[in-house]
Amino acid sequence: MSILSVENISKTFGGLMALMSVSFSVKQGEIYGIIGPNGSGKTTLINCITGFIKPEAGKVYFRGSNIRGWPAHKIARAGIARTFQVMRPYYSLPAYKNLIIPLWSPRARAIGGWRGGGKHGDRDTVAVDILEEIGFERDSRVPYKMASTLPTGYLKRLELARCIALRPEIIFCDEVFSGLSASEVAGMLPLIEKLKMEGITLIMVEHRLKELFKVADRVMALQFGEKIAEGHYKEVIADPRVKEAYLGSEEV
Amino acid sequence: MEARRKERIDRGIKVRSEGIYVVSSLKEMLYVAGPRVFLMAGLLLLPLVLEMAPYWKRVVNIMCVYGLLAISFDFLANIVGLVCLGGAMFIGVGGYMTAIFNVYLHCPVYLAIPLAGLSGASICTILLLPCLSLRGVYFAIVTLMYPLLFTRIIEALNILGGTNGITGLDSFPNQYLENYVIIILLLVFLFGLRRLMDEDIGLVLRGVKDNDQSVRASGINVTHLKALAVFIASFIGCLGGAYLAHLYMWAGLSLFALDFSIIPIAAVTIGGGGSMLGAVIGTFILVPLSEFLRFFGTFRIVIYCLILTGFIVFKSEGLLPYFARKYDQFERWAKI
Ligand SMILES: Nc1ncnc2c1ncn2[C@@H]1O[C@H](COP(=O)(O)OP(=O)(O)OP(=O)(O)O)[C@@H](O)[C@H]1O
Ligand SMILES: [Mg+2]
Repeated sequence: MSILSVENISKTFGGLMALMSVSFSVKQGEIYGIIGPNGSGKTTLINCITGFIKPEAGKVYFRGSNIRGWPAHKIARAGIARTFQVMRPYYSLPAYKNLIIPLWSPRARAIGGWRGGGKHGDRDTVAVDILEEIGFERDSRVPYKMASTLPTGYLKRLELARCIALRPEIIFCDEVFSGLSASEVAGMLPLIEKLKMEGITLIMVEHRLKELFKVADRVMALQFGEKIAEGHYKEVIADPRVKEAYLGSEEV
Repeated sequence: MEARRKERIDRGIKVRSEGIYVVSSLKEMLYVAGPRVFLMAGLLLLPLVLEMAPYWKRVVNIMCVYGLLAISFDFLANIVGLVCLGGAMFIGVGGYMTAIFNVYLHCPVYLAIPLAGLSGASICTILLLPCLSLRGVYFAIVTLMYPLLFTRIIEALNILGGTNGITGLDSFPNQYLENYVIIILLLVFLFGLRRLMDEDIGLVLRGVKDNDQSVRASGINVTHLKALAVFIASFIGCLGGAYLAHLYMWAGLSLFALDFSIIPIAAVTIGGGGSMLGAVIGTFILVPLSEFLRFFGTFRIVIYCLILTGFIVFKSEGLLPYFARKYDQFERWAKI
């Protein structure tokens, strides 16, 4: 059975059809990639599913219940975390303190189970542990630096770390690889695999196709708000419509 | 000419007294606790020092009421990110509530004031609830409008004593109680709020100001958090209003005066925002200053404004951050 199933989501901005009846479903523990050229509606799709914007039509089933129309915090509390493409760290806090907020949230407290149970006082330790796991070198004191002083590579990882701290069932990653060097991405791939092993479902919007295809089980391609292909990445990139979308009219 | 630049370096004692190694000597203990103890002892001794000057004792009382308003404003604006000009609303609602409990329902003072704080804070929070999702200046405008609205309603319907207000509130049993009730309230809320900021919930409130979308994405209801913050802030303000009504033995329309909304902001500007302590220091400068300036008659407003402008232009960071830097760090010129 699928953990998340999206049916006929549509969203318009003014006259622009940002999403046209998009449907897909994802199994638990799967890594599902979403690709598509700029402006094809990938971020809008994430926003619609996670409750940050309200779609005009369609249904979103999470573990069998329709969550469309729920407020964003309720969807997150149910177990759907997301990163922001335009990064949204707490700039006035040190990196590790950024994780205190998700660790304090009702969901993380209810689940607990971090070494030490996630009580107050332990949260700082847990936060630094999570950051270390995601590639913040503990010894170099990067976890203690102010978020406003961190370079993009770390901020991208901090986005993902905030999701992990929430102990979610599904994580939507909106271009977490962009802005990272090839070696930084290579360092993150094992972490992605590890999350998958823990049973977390990952839905990854990416422009870094080569790296995405290393981990993704299935891929969907969007163009102008429409789903144009879905399946194993080899099938998807072989699809003439996908080729055309990526290469423009040169192919024709 | 060589280029030079001012370097700021933490004093050794600051570094030594930080973190887990705290207080290994009396000197370090004094360094850490000194400013706090100084403030507390100073405030608590003030009524005794001013024994011969009853007028100035009164000024201290009013100063502490403004102090409560200033920390309430600082907390909402600089921690949670809600710019609230509701000082007058809190004072007025708190004052009228205590009058209702004390005069109409015959509660004694020591019961009426806390009841006024709780009920007043509930009223203010419920009234502001629909506006919590408004951003920036819109929330500020609403908080500024409510006192005007209350004034007009009381006038028009001639309820709650109409333009005469409610008279006959009990005063405090004696002078010392009158002084110490408000001084202790101020100290409790000042250090209480600072303590709250060090807790994880304080961090979450800060997160709301920094980035409410991320707080939402962490499964936390931002509106609930803001409502909680407004309740805390209006509770502090309403207690101040209730105290003031008993001090005057009267609750009238002047409790909704604009001063209660404006002076706290000026105080936070002068003292420096975000620490609550700066807010208190700002009030302790501003309120006595405006009393001194009474010698100048109507000209005092001009001097007052000049001083305020001076502070904003030349020390825009606020006094507290400035003094904290001098206390914790030394400066030297370094070649570059
Ligand atoms: N809030 C909004 N108001 C109006 N139009 C919007 C809004 N958000 C997105 N759009 C439009 O909707 C379309 C889809 O945007 P979206 O951000 O979802 O694209 P994307 O696939 O994430 O692109 P990218 O790869 O550049 O991130 C774009 O044409 C964009 O201009
Ligand atoms: Mg996008």
